[in-house]
Amino acid sequence: MRRLINLQPSRVLKAALGIIPFLLILLVYQFNSDIRKAENEQDRLLPSFTEMADGVRRMAFEPSQRTGDYEFWEDTKSSIKRLATGIAIAAAIGLIVGLAAGAIPLISAPLSPLITAISLIPPMAILPVLFIAFGLGELSKVMLIVIGVCPFLIRDILQRTQELPREQLVKAQTLGGNSWQIILRVILPQIVPRLIDAVRLSLGAAWLFLIAAEAIASTDGLGYRIFLVRRYMSMDIILPYVVWITFLAFTLDWCLLKLSRVIFPWYHAEK
Amino acid sequence: MSAFIQLDHLSKHYRDNVVLENLNCEVREGEFVTLVGASGCGKSTFLRLLLGTESVSSGQLLMAGKPIEQEPSPDRGIVFQRYSVFPHLNVRENVVLGIEFVESKWLGRLFGKRRKDALAQADELLAAVGLEQARFKYPHELSGGMQQRLALAQALIKRPKILLLDEPFGALDPGIRKEMHELVMGLWRQYGLTIFMVTHDLKEGFELGTRLWVFDKVRVDPHAPNRFGSTITYDLSLNSKDKALKIAALDEIKGRLHTADRTE
Repeated sequence: MRRLINLQPSRVLKAALGIIPFLLILLVYQFNSDIRKAENEQDRLLPSFTEMADGVRRMAFEPSQRTGDYEFWEDTKSSIKRLATGIAIAAAIGLIVGLAAGAIPLISAPLSPLITAISLIPPMAILPVLFIAFGLGELSKVMLIVIGVCPFLIRDILQRTQELPREQLVKAQTLGGNSWQIILRVILPQIVPRLIDAVRLSLGAAWLFLIAAEAIASTDGLGYRIFLVRRYMSMDIILPYVVWITFLAFTLDWCLLKLSRVIFPWYHAEK
Repeated sequence: MSAFIQLDHLSKHYRDNVVLENLNCEVREGEFVTLVGASGCGKSTFLRLLLGTESVSSGQLLMAGKPIEQEPSPDRGIVFQRYSVFPHLNVRENVVLGIEFVESKWLGRLFGKRRKDALAQADELLAAVGLEQARFKYPHELSGGMQQRLALAQALIKRPKILLLDEPFGALDPGIRKEMHELVMGLWRQYGLTIFMVTHDLKEGFELGTRLWVFDKVRVDPHAPNRFGSTITYDLSLNSKDKALKIAALDEIKGRLHTADRTE
């Protein structure tokens, strides 16, 4: 008998084993939902799959009686817009500041301690400050995401920049490059794929800040919706929304990975 | 011909750690100097002094009569053992970069006809190092030997006066190393370079250069190994055709290096 650590599942088995936990969860859910429904027809805690499908149909394919919008899609649109704006701003700041500090010691000296200190502030703790400073509109929600993920991005890019082999920078100097040219042609192109990696890692936190901001002060968005219908214990809407958010997060991450593979094949071959 | 590179009572130390001590030598233009010695003997430190990434602690290191610039510059090309090429550029772009840095101050990038001319120059060099077939490949698609060929082409496009090689073939298979030796010798003659090459391999040092320097410590304090630095203990001209003499010298140096290794 071979050792357990050497036993590899075949491809088919591996795929099957991967699906089983998901099926199990669905089964356990269905089973418990059935039990509760048998006891109380009106139970709202574990809605059946038909009820959830009905919830989705009402939210996504019927115009709202109040506003006439298809709320599910409107919520998705607002949330994605906030998330994308926040991430884009944070990535731009992270790239510029991180790169400058990583490449130029005279910039990193005054900046590094400050960034470390800022990154230790829990972003949620300054959410009230943001609301006071930027009002309750879109800006404060986007700012929460920016402030939440920016320090991480800056520190990560700074470190990645400093990790580039010293030999490359010396070589670039012997090729006659000045500081600006070396940053533009040698450092920047190698840092962009690393920025995509860092953004992928920070997406989880970005979603957290988005939903928190929407839950507290908003009139639309995915986070707003699930916190709104919580008052009516509408699990038939909350659960599909959570699945949808998860799906969006997964898709975004997957797209970034694909994009990076297509644009920077050399980066992925190197690893 | 007068001295091109001049070492005048050159010493290098980091705080209490003396690495190089009292080096005195002259090198003429067009010489091929190989630097050998046990690990930690300061031969790579000396190369970095020539490169300008380290500075001399006392004494002088002169190039054409002037102190060598304290920063890497195009007149001194370099090939490291690893990481000499840029992974995000293909072979051609790697070589052309040296031209683009000069001709395009702000973008570091050429377009149109100027780019075409630059590419033609690069292709010429790539042919010289035997990489014309791999022009459009990226470094990760190249073998170790081909990457070093590329690094050589990259350095040569600047027409450097000095070429510095820091164990350039240390990571290559013996067969490929042989090919690279021939290539370097050819380029050295063709471009009239002055070469300094650090190597681990004593035999390589003997085969390639016109001159061999052995770095070793003359004085050793067993209680404070860093008190005394290395110096050039052998300065051997390899031009002589007398093979027996060379072999005798090789054996002697080998013996010396071994005993030095043991006492350390």
